[in-house]
Amino acid sequence: MEWTLLFQLVLNGLVVGALYGVVAMSFVLIYKASQVVNFAQGEFLLVGAWACWWLLTNWQLPFWAGFLLTLAFMTVFGVLLQIIVLRPLIGEPVISVIMATVGLSIFFQALVKWMFGVFAQPFPPIFSVERVSLLGLEVQSVYVASLGVSAFIMLGFWWFFTYSKHGLAMRATAFDQQVAQSLGVSVPRVFAMSWAISAVVSAVAGVVVGVVNGVSSALSFYGIKVFPAVIVGGLDSIVGAVLGGLIVGVLENVAQYVDAQWLNWGNMYQIAPFYALILILLIKPYGLFGTRNIERV
Amino acid sequence: MEGTSQPAAAAIAAAPPLLEVNNIEVVYSEVILVLRGLSLSVPKGSIVALLGANGAGKSTTLKAISGLLKTEEGSVTRGEVRFDGERLNGIDPHQIVRKGIFQVMEGRRIISDMTCVENLRLGAFTRSDPGVRRDIDMVFEYFPRLRERTGLAGYLSGGEQQMLAIGRALMARPRLILMDEPSMGLSPLLVQEVFGIIRKLNRDLGITILLVEQNARMALSVASYGYIMEQGKVVLDGEAAALAENEDVKEFYLGGHGADRKSFRNLKSYKRRKRWL
Repeated sequence: MEWTLLFQLVLNGLVVGALYGVVAMSFVLIYKASQVVNFAQGEFLLVGAWACWWLLTNWQLPFWAGFLLTLAFMTVFGVLLQIIVLRPLIGEPVISVIMATVGLSIFFQALVKWMFGVFAQPFPPIFSVERVSLLGLEVQSVYVASLGVSAFIMLGFWWFFTYSKHGLAMRATAFDQQVAQSLGVSVPRVFAMSWAISAVVSAVAGVVVGVVNGVSSALSFYGIKVFPAVIVGGLDSIVGAVLGGLIVGVLENVAQYVDAQWLNWGNMYQIAPFYALILILLIKPYGLFGTRNIERV
Repeated sequence: MEGTSQPAAAAIAAAPPLLEVNNIEVVYSEVILVLRGLSLSVPKGSIVALLGANGAGKSTTLKAISGLLKTEEGSVTRGEVRFDGERLNGIDPHQIVRKGIFQVMEGRRIISDMTCVENLRLGAFTRSDPGVRRDIDMVFEYFPRLRERTGLAGYLSGGEQQMLAIGRALMARPRLILMDEPSMGLSPLLVQEVFGIIRKLNRDLGITILLVEQNARMALSVASYGYIMEQGKVVLDGEAAALAENEDVKEFYLGGHGADRKSFRNLKSYKRRKRWL
């Protein structure tokens, strides 16, 4: 057994898993607030990463400026998407709304291909030091930054939902829209806010992945990877989303290691998370952290 | 605030009402006519009771005032609701809260996966002043038993949930609270306690209260004025004390008729002798 390799893979798994966790959180955010299963989550990463790439390469902006502009753009993007596409669908059957998000996914995939081409484009170098040494392992500095960013976003989510009144309002809306309204919360505004936050957070993940692997349509694959993460954690749990993301990330990498060492099937990296998903759902149908209702009879 | 003594009550009645409902008609889903020309007025600083049988339209009346009707595909098709002189028709519920009307909905409707404090902070959602923390303490003074409950609100007892729902309303610093059946599902002792608190809030904080109740006797004991609804209309109104003595009210809502009953054998033959409509 090559312990260093395994260790390296687990670390990779945690880094990627933290990003899955971040995307999963933003997916859960939309689901909790408005009960919409968003199939276009991966495209948020795609659009965000391309926007940032375009600002950096075309306008030659420094990274921090391009990044902040991207976040501003994604806020507007999320709000407009909600107002133009999702708001008219409020009150329609769930399946119509889901199909609309599938449509959005296809639309944005095609749009970025049309605008930026089909080839992966590298980000301009951002870190002066390519690699740092961590616990005796060589790690790309982007990975360290990525872990930092993920942790920061997760803390931000935690703070937002426990302490800010808009976070509480969002939870109230998720719980019961009529009650939220009776408390003075504007439900359409909460929906718009949840889409905006979700788009921004996903875009951050998109930029991070773009910096590591280059920007390409492969980014939208994160939208698919989010499903095992989210369902493992429980569809409506933010904590579950984070843990689900980490589990999926580590699982992928370990599965790849096992595959490369002994099995040689060649695709474990892709499918292992889904096997785990099936197993976990067999044992815990609500996911690891999904809520059952508290009911007083 | 002035107490509930008689001369003060007379002065209140003379003042222009805080809430005025003029001849409103409410239709659900564009076909179901629920309120047919209902009028009532709530003087500032008073407690007014709205009584009636199930399905008379009491809750609908409250929702027409708070705007929550909109969330149930209902709409006010005729007449108007005025609060402090301002017309409320067609305004979204979350904006009506900002004008100072807070509805405590039937069945408590607290947010069960949050703690008490979180529920209370949500009550203050419309406020941006720094007094929220102090007001949470104030609510805990009214409801001391809530202070010890640090877990999720879903695990509170029914009475505690009702207290939390009332406390949450206080957090919004409303001028008018619409209370929909606060006694629902509570033991007689708790009903006493909750109504005691309602009276206290009205007296101490000067909050005007429009109270919908099944427990007519209790409601009339705290209210200064009462309305009795049937089939979407007010059929009788008057001073609370007078209503409590009214023979018809006694028979229909207070059950006074059966006080001297020795056996329930003849209960089946008991029929309402008379309807107002």
